[in-house]
Amino acid sequence: MKVLVTVKEVAQVEDEFEIADREIAAQSLDYDLNEWDDYAIEEGVGMVEDGVADEVVSVTVGPERSEETIRMALAKGVDRAIRVWDDSLEAAELLDPSAKAKILEAVVEDEAPDLVLTGVQADDDAFGATGVTLAERIGFQWAAVVNDLDLDADADVAHVHRELEGGVDEVTDVELPAVLTIQTGINEPRYASLRGIRQAQRKELDVRGLDDLGLDGSIADGPLTLTEMYEPETESDATIWEGDAGETAGNLAEYLRDRGVIDA
Amino acid sequence: MSVLAVAEHRNGELRDVSFELLTAGRELADAAGADLHVAVISGDAEAFAEELNREGVDAIHAVTYGDEFNHDVYVQAIEALAADLDPTFLLAPNSVNGLDYAPAIAESLDLPLVTDVIDLAYDDGLVATREMYGSKVETTIEVDGDRAAVTVRPTEWPPAEGLGDAEIGVVDVAIDESAIGSTITGFEEAAEGDVNLEDAEFIVSIGRGIEEEENLELIEELCEVTGATMGSSRPIVDNDWLPDNRQVGQSGAVVTPDVYIAIGISGAVQHVAGMKGSDTIIAINTDPNAPIFDIADYGIVGDLFEVVPALIEEFE
Ligand SMILES: Cc1cc2nc3c(=O)[nH]c(=O)nc-3n(C[C@H](O)[C@H](O)[C@H](O)COP(=O)(O)OP(=O)(O)OC[C@H]3O[C@@H](n4cnc5c(N)ncnc54)[C@H](O)[C@@H]3O)c2cc1C
Ligand SMILES: Nc1ncnc2c1ncn2[C@@H]1O[C@H](COP(=O)(O)O)[C@@H](O)[C@H]1O
Repeated sequence: MKVLVTVKEVAQVEDEFEIADREIAAQSLDYDLNEWDDYAIEEGVGMVEDGVADEVVSVTVGPERSEETIRMALAKGVDRAIRVWDDSLEAAELLDPSAKAKILEAVVEDEAPDLVLTGVQADDDAFGATGVTLAERIGFQWAAVVNDLDLDADADVAHVHRELEGGVDEVTDVELPAVLTIQTGINEPRYASLRGIRQAQRKELDVRGLDDLGLDGSIADGPLTLTEMYEPETESDATIWEGDAGETAGNLAEYLRDRGVIDA
Repeated sequence: MSVLAVAEHRNGELRDVSFELLTAGRELADAAGADLHVAVISGDAEAFAEELNREGVDAIHAVTYGDEFNHDVYVQAIEALAADLDPTFLLAPNSVNGLDYAPAIAESLDLPLVTDVIDLAYDDGLVATREMYGSKVETTIEVDGDRAAVTVRPTEWPPAEGLGDAEIGVVDVAIDESAIGSTITGFEEAAEGDVNLEDAEFIVSIGRGIEEEENLELIEELCEVTGATMGSSRPIVDNDWLPDNRQVGQSGAVVTPDVYIAIGISGAVQHVAGMKGSDTIIAINTDPNAPIFDIADYGIVGDLFEVVPALIEEFE
């Protein structure tokens, strides 16, 4: 049993930021491993530790900067990692789930995993679509928003819970091979230990271009173009209490007393 | 030209987003000069079709196969309907089940996919508005080509009203059962816990701004002196710092207290889904641009580690 975990380095915007030319200036962005992928990594690494899987490999489609993130996956126990990039992708925002899935499909063909774990969504562009798109392309079964997973490798089936709205789980059996999109909270992601970080330096990080995967740059010419980016006009008509902590707390306390929710 | 909107139901009931889809679909159909078709698949599809017959709907196709949602059935049924109707635009809800079939059907029909859309325009092509970076920015995305699949964010469009005069047809789709690779064996509801947030009149909710589990004491103390019930955003529960039944939001409790104080919570759409019905919303956040302020009635732009202790002092 081999597990492939897709991971994305996501950008988080600082409190103060400016938009220029449909982009947020780099100095206002912090990069991190996508929260959902952290849980997917833990799930995959746990399967190897429990002897359910033999190998867990992670893949990212991203520029050189994202090696920091892929190293994090290695430090947390992933056996090896693949990073795919091409300069032609730089220009494209790479929003199109189909384009991403085509690239990941080529990696799946090389690696032949039995199980692919993705995050439910990427924290930055939040398409929430890459995993299921990939499943359709590679002809795997799938389940979206999985918050409980029990793999029966002998029977080639994954027993999963899909977290629906309103605190209801759908309990489903999914035939393998499958793509599962992993929801936060499914496990407790580990921190990378110092030892893990040292070991990660020696692990294989395979960098591949599109042509290595038999793809060409036209993949970047997807059908989606980001034409505008702006700060939404605030719909807020909130009364903001001004002043230092003591004053604002005083305002709030007064409001709560007037409102009658507190008698103290 | 046609727009095909796919309704959603669960446990014998159409979900609200289905009626919102009709409004979004009608608007798009008007802009593009198209008809609005609606598909309703599985469950009591015929009865659902009658309910979906609202103003502005041209035709409804009821596929009577299966009970609850199954993505393979949905994909096959929509493929069959699409072969017939040749829809220009496919609309699905951006719900948990929407995320489970919309990307697959879009890929299978070779339609570009834009998800979680909050506004749609048509100007010789589709222009979709969606958010990025935790709702801090909005973007417009132009779709190249004539066709597209779109998932629509719940509660962004008003529900369609009025009785329509749609043509309702029952479609007998031959579902290939050998191609169904996942089987739903049941549903589980979260266990009832020590509190019922749904009944609380005064909720203090804490989010990732609290940073460390130890710091939760501060919020516990605030709840104690004010008599508030403590709720939280998802990361707090994901970290097991609080039990499941404290989570407010799309996948947790939907609450409607008199007063809801959100502390160190950014206001992600899935959190807001669970608390926007509160009578008065008060936000405490260091980030003046945090989306929570968009729905707040009162706000404090400040550090919770300064404001909360001062607040506790007020009541001691
Ligand atoms: C399918 C699905 C279902 C989901 N269901 C839910 C759900 O039911 N409920 C839910 O809550 N989320 C849900 N989420 C997750 C949601 O998308 C967000 O990730 C989550 O709500 C973020 O929680 P947060 O606001 O606490 O954290 P963040 O978004 O990280 O926000 C933390 C906030 O704290 C502020 N802050 C930091 N330090 C301080 C300080 N010292 N003082 C004051 N403020 C400070 C920051 O400015 C920031 O605004 C779901 C996601 C998905 C994909
Ligand atoms: N550039 C990428 N490289 C690798 N995996 C990705 C990439 N983009 C998205 N994914 C995976 O797909 C999941 C969902 O992302 P998205 O559909 O973009 O919201 C993420 O959690 C990742 O696991």
